[in-house]
Amino acid sequence: MRFYGKYIKPYLLFFIIGPILMLTEVLGEVLMPKMMANIINIGIPGADNGFIIRMGIAMAGIAVMMMIGGVGGNYFACRASIGFSADLREDLYNKVQKFSFANLDHFQTGSLVTRLTNDVTQLQNLIRMSLILMLRAPGMMIGAIIMAIRINASLALIIAIILPVLAITIFILMKTAFPRFMSMQKKIDALNTSVQENLTNVRVIKSFVREDYERGRFEEKTNDLKEHTLSAMKMVIITMPVMTAAMNLTTLAVVWFGGRQIIAGNMLIGDLTAFTTYVIQILSSLMMVAMIILQSSRAMASSKRIKEVMEEEVDLNDDAAACKDLEVREGHVEFKDVCFRYYKDHEEWVLDHINFEAKPGEVLGIIGSTGSGKTTMVQLIPRLYDVDEGEVLIDGVNVRDYSLENLREGVGMVLQKNVLFSGTIEENLRWGDGEASEEEIREAAQAAQADDFIMSFADQYASELGQGGSNVSGGQKQRLCIARALLKKPKILILDDSTSAVDTATEARIREAFHTSLKDTTKIIIAQRIGSVMDADHIIVVDEGRIVGSGTHEELLRTNQEYQEIYYSQQDQQKEGA
Amino acid sequence: MAKKKPFVRSTEELLKKYQTLGKASGGGPGARMSRTGKPQDTRKSIARLFGYLARYKGRIALALVCVLCATGANLLGSYMLRPIINGLVENHDLGQLTMGLVKMASIYCIGIIANYAQQRIMISVSQNTLKAIRDELFVKIQALPVRYYDSHPKGELMSRFMNDVDAMGEMMNHSVISLFSGMITLIGTLVLMISMNWILTVITVLFVPLAAMASAAIAKRSRRFYREQQAALGAVNGYVEESVTGQKVVKVFNHEEVCMEEFGLLNKDLRKKQIFAQFFGGIMGPVMGNLGQISYAITACVGGILCVTRGFDVGGFSVFVNYSRQFSRPVNELSMQVNTIFSALAGAERVFAVMDEEPEPADPADAVSADDIRGHVEMKHVYFGYLPDQVVLKDINLYAKPGQKIAFVGSTGAGKTTVTNLLSRFYDVQEGEITIDGVSIYDYERKGLRSKIAMVLQDTHLFTGTVMENIRYGRMDATDEEVIQAAKSVSAHHFITRLSDGYQTMIDGDGVNLSQGQRQLLNIARAAISHAPILVLDEATSSVDTRTEKQIEKGMDALMSTRTTFVIAHRLSTVRNANAIMVLEHGVIIERGTHEDLLAMKGRYYELYTGKAELD
Repeated sequence: MRFYGKYIKPYLLFFIIGPILMLTEVLGEVLMPKMMANIINIGIPGADNGFIIRMGIAMAGIAVMMMIGGVGGNYFACRASIGFSADLREDLYNKVQKFSFANLDHFQTGSLVTRLTNDVTQLQNLIRMSLILMLRAPGMMIGAIIMAIRINASLALIIAIILPVLAITIFILMKTAFPRFMSMQKKIDALNTSVQENLTNVRVIKSFVREDYERGRFEEKTNDLKEHTLSAMKMVIITMPVMTAAMNLTTLAVVWFGGRQIIAGNMLIGDLTAFTTYVIQILSSLMMVAMIILQSSRAMASSKRIKEVMEEEVDLNDDAAACKDLEVREGHVEFKDVCFRYYKDHEEWVLDHINFEAKPGEVLGIIGSTGSGKTTMVQLIPRLYDVDEGEVLIDGVNVRDYSLENLREGVGMVLQKNVLFSGTIEENLRWGDGEASEEEIREAAQAAQADDFIMSFADQYASELGQGGSNVSGGQKQRLCIARALLKKPKILILDDSTSAVDTATEARIREAFHTSLKDTTKIIIAQRIGSVMDADHIIVVDEGRIVGSGTHEELLRTNQEYQEIYYSQQDQQKEGA
Repeated sequence: MAKKKPFVRSTEELLKKYQTLGKASGGGPGARMSRTGKPQDTRKSIARLFGYLARYKGRIALALVCVLCATGANLLGSYMLRPIINGLVENHDLGQLTMGLVKMASIYCIGIIANYAQQRIMISVSQNTLKAIRDELFVKIQALPVRYYDSHPKGELMSRFMNDVDAMGEMMNHSVISLFSGMITLIGTLVLMISMNWILTVITVLFVPLAAMASAAIAKRSRRFYREQQAALGAVNGYVEESVTGQKVVKVFNHEEVCMEEFGLLNKDLRKKQIFAQFFGGIMGPVMGNLGQISYAITACVGGILCVTRGFDVGGFSVFVNYSRQFSRPVNELSMQVNTIFSALAGAERVFAVMDEEPEPADPADAVSADDIRGHVEMKHVYFGYLPDQVVLKDINLYAKPGQKIAFVGSTGAGKTTVTNLLSRFYDVQEGEITIDGVSIYDYERKGLRSKIAMVLQDTHLFTGTVMENIRYGRMDATDEEVIQAAKSVSAHHFITRLSDGYQTMIDGDGVNLSQGQRQLLNIARAAISHAPILVLDEATSSVDTRTEKQIEKGMDALMSTRTTFVIAHRLSTVRNANAIMVLEHGVIIERGTHEDLLAMKGRYYELYTGKAELD
């Protein structure tokens, strides 16, 4: 719980006042039966109408107080839980912003979104509920026990016997029920996955005519769910009769022993009726506690998932950076004996002793088959991941010694899996530079060969992009992403297979624009098509995490077998295209 | 290099942009609430639900009898206190006390047993019914035409299975029984109260409209603020979803601070709106409960005076005050159940609406068996549009025989995929005819026809299960050796053996642990193992690099040598060796011929091939 202290502190007052106000309700509920008993014990036998009316007014007054306390307590519980969750949500979001790529890979996107939305809401509901019931249930139990003892200590012994027995029974029931609920939840998830898969894969299922097969599998799952739900529910429905039986039994015992005392003249009738009310109050508050525990188990799962995010160690930061004020000036990139793997427990390197150099203004091409490690390699430059061995130098300085902000400011990168955000085209491009003038934005778009199609839209640069840029074509999206990176005016520009959907002629014009407008920028281009890199100053060929060839197009074509293979797999097309 | 000032949008702007986004993604509890709505044709839905329950008529009747017993026992049990107390007041007789308690105990026993029996019966009825509904819904959805899937978002159908069926379950589990027992309690209490004392009854009943008014006033505000809260929550969720999905881009652009600031704005807005919504949602309990307490106080006062002045018995009095305090409870519960029931009925209606969708029509009685299809495909003057007045394909003519490879080339939206949709009868042609081995495809048994066409689709979806199972999906009776052979033929064997458990590696979450290219290879292997004489490859190798593509060429050639193959490809190198290449533009075949023919033609294909035009 220490973990959440930070979020409770600013709202501590609400966290305290809320439950305290709820105590007025408890006080009232505990006092009222005794006052009722007084009417029966004193007012009626004494035929004292004045006393009865005074009691009645007092009781009504208490009820009004209870209402005020209840409403007020609820208000503060709301303030407390909402403040708590809003702060938590914000911290979670900010924490995710600090995540490194490795952290992001660790959690999947969908799971992160759930944790930030659903799980926080779950926790918020739990807090509100417990603030309302936290003092109420135990308060009522204690209050009612005190009143019961005051009325008749010997009768209260009955409660002393039944209470622990019942508590243990409830505990055992819950302990049995809990794992059953967990496995039921798993079956629900399995069913949902199955539905989702079937909806997504409908064409595959239909074309392979696997409807009956899928139906069989689905029915197995619904049956599974049914069985597990029944087994969990059976435990729940046992709880009710057990509770009722306990309550009834106690009432009977109280009336029996109390009745004997009344007959013996040791007890008043009104006290007996009050006592039976207290018995019910005590046992139902026990049930309330059980309910809170049961319901909080779901929120506890959420809390665990939230904690995982908050406690995830951000494995990449610039705390140890030696020259925090240094900015990338030249754009000279050098890899020295770099080794890297994503999972530290894997034996094989994803990058195995990589050495290369890219000088300012140069174009470096990287080519190789999928999974060979090209993307991994360039992601080390803006320190999206940290190398395991060797070092990456920019302008002769280890990337670890730059502040992350300065480093990434100096490196413009167009990711392979790129996204645009909801907003206008201009807003999206401005990600590169918030202060860019309109001319600068147009220039960047022109260089990325995006200006023409943007101007053909009705709203031009103010056109709204759907989520993720769903209303532009693949090639247009890639060009917008390039323009966005260009606007950064980076010293190093990395294009990770970013023109795959752009036709070769347009791509050539983009490359041409690089030559003129990004003369001094180091340009690193990963591509599938040889045509995209063949005029680079230098090309490296990557295979299974190693550099297997390096040189110009002509050199590689003469000497490197892998390069030849790639070239010949595309050559017919290239022959005409070049 | 100067620091670039971040570009932060205003709260209003953000709300406008992300509210719809959050709603569309349907995350969070909000999604469920916003969908409740009012049912349209209540009576019909209820009748249909009862149809499912009718199977358990006897058991339900028994459960209702149990409810009646349990509720009655509950009321009578507490009523039994009256003679006991009166006995204690009048004649301190132990025998009478004992008799009273024995009666009370037996009544309680009956109540407990009846209550348990009722719950036991109902959960088994409701779970069985839910299973029946789920299974039926699944079968119905399977039978829906592809058109339905294409025109309805997946999330909507998911929500039928999850939220709507759950709401129906909730109703069957609790609401119906609560409604019944609440009503019995209400009537029973009223009868008992009147029989005890009519003056006190009038006072108690007078509180009912007061409680109803208070509850309506709170509910009205609560609903309004709740809507506002849901909108704000939607915006927060939408923003989280978008920015976390694009988190890597955020980092590359040093954009974290802007995101934090914008998120902070939305979060603040949500906090503000939540307070009212949650407050009004939460005060219903204390207000209603304490109105009951006030009624208790007044009854206690008036009742006490009645005891003094009119000789009302003390036993009756002490029983009555308890009834009066609890009297408003069933009223509240009933009104809450009504909400649950309405939202369940609205859900049931949506579920039934899906069940009532037109399925793919049944095969005609004289349908031709597709068992002997060899693969001579012919399209004659085929016209098609997804909507009646839209033309996607115009006058398509082609002929292909086993061993031939026909390729389609053209921009997105030119109609390439549509051609294959028609072939496997995912959609029906509007005009013209498609025949296989000279027989119209509409004369074949639909499923038989589809089993003769192996498809590798652009979207590479795999199933939860092992790699082995996923490939075997193409032919269920394939042996392990055949699966491995198929994987080898498409160069997938190498990477599969390098997975943690080889062919037994579990693929989950749609194969997230595999690269797009690897998933495509598995898809091709799945088609390769099938014996279908017709093969459709729709952008089947778009994510496979050219070298790997070259490697699998041999296996593919062997695969295609005996089959009729249709290839759709973005990458023109893939289609070069086709027997005929069709260049589609706006639904029309504008050029056709072999690679060499088309190049010599110097037309559209030549432009595309030489990179003078962009394919999108």
